[in-house]
Amino acid sequence: MSAYALTWVAVIAASAVCFALKLVGHHLPEHWLAEPRVARTAGLVTVSLLAALVAVQTFTLGSTVVVDARVVALAVAAVALALRAPFVAVVVLAAAVAATLRAVT
Amino acid sequence: MTAQIDQQHRPPAAARRRATLRQALSVSAATGVYGISFGALAVAAGLDLWQTMALSLLMFTGGSQFAFIGVLGAGGAPGAAIATAGLLGARNGLYGAAMAPRLGVRGPRRWWAAQLTIDESTAVGTAQSEPTLVRVGFWWTGWGVYALWNVFTVVGALVGDALGDPTRWGLDAAAAAAFLGLLWPRLAGRTTQTVAAAAVVVALLLTPLVPAGIPVLAAAVVAVVAGWRTPGRAPDEAAHPDRQGGESP
Repeated sequence: MSAYALTWVAVIAASAVCFALKLVGHHLPEHWLAEPRVARTAGLVTVSLLAALVAVQTFTLGSTVVVDARVVALAVAAVALALRAPFVAVVVLAAAVAATLRAVT
Repeated sequence: MTAQIDQQHRPPAAARRRATLRQALSVSAATGVYGISFGALAVAAGLDLWQTMALSLLMFTGGSQFAFIGVLGAGGAPGAAIATAGLLGARNGLYGAAMAPRLGVRGPRRWWAAQLTIDESTAVGTAQSEPTLVRVGFWWTGWGVYALWNVFTVVGALVGDALGDPTRWGLDAAAAAAFLGLLWPRLAGRTTQTVAAAAVVVALLLTPLVPAGIPVLAAAVVAVVAGWRTPGRAPDEAAHPDRQGGESP
């Protein structure tokens, strides 16, 4: 199978998984949520995945850990978020910082 | 907030409905616009326009969509990308369980309700003070985000295509910032912050040792262990839809 076809299979499969999770939720009895461990674990899984994605996207290149322009961009993004900047502004700002640093170094 | 004000002043039903609609539309606009960043980053990660559109139309849950392209873009295996997207989408299952009794839909409409069950629609829906407005808030926010998110995904993909080399424009840093933006509003509470820090350490330690995509999944194991073993009361950081509005579709 070509890489392109494989990506399509992954797109469809991942979408099906995400839809199935939503649909299953709509068929669960609400008291199932009363188990605090379920809600707590789901919340923490979301946080840990996002935190790991931030780390991997900022500090890795292939299978090596590196420090480059992205770290500065992320720091600027964090400051912008702390100042309650909107999501799109934060993303554009980070791109601009990294692009500028790369252009001048 | 609006719901409480409404209750105190008891404005007429039409005015209360208008307030809910205003909420739904402003959340839809704010969320929909950053479909641009998803579209551009998906193309930068190596997907084409059609695959990018398919993700927004079919997957339609922003955190999972960003994660999926992040793992694939970093050279991760399709299986790892699917697993990461699925794990991030699991919270929508909890939202569904919370929304279903309030929506009271049957048959094919239930499938649409499921597809539109995301952070924003659940947040606006559950924030309403009366059953009719819960449905108004959920459906208008759900459809509003769905429409705008998909339109802006296309815009972003076309822009991304025109930009060419993603690193020259800092799009790799933009992806990191996007994940940080999704994470930020969920970081309240000591347990959450500890788990987030542990996830960062685990992911970076494993990066040189295992194939791309696996470090991120391993971080989820940290959360499952922490969530399942922490005893006692439900903590402030639990997946509570009311707190998570406006950050991620």
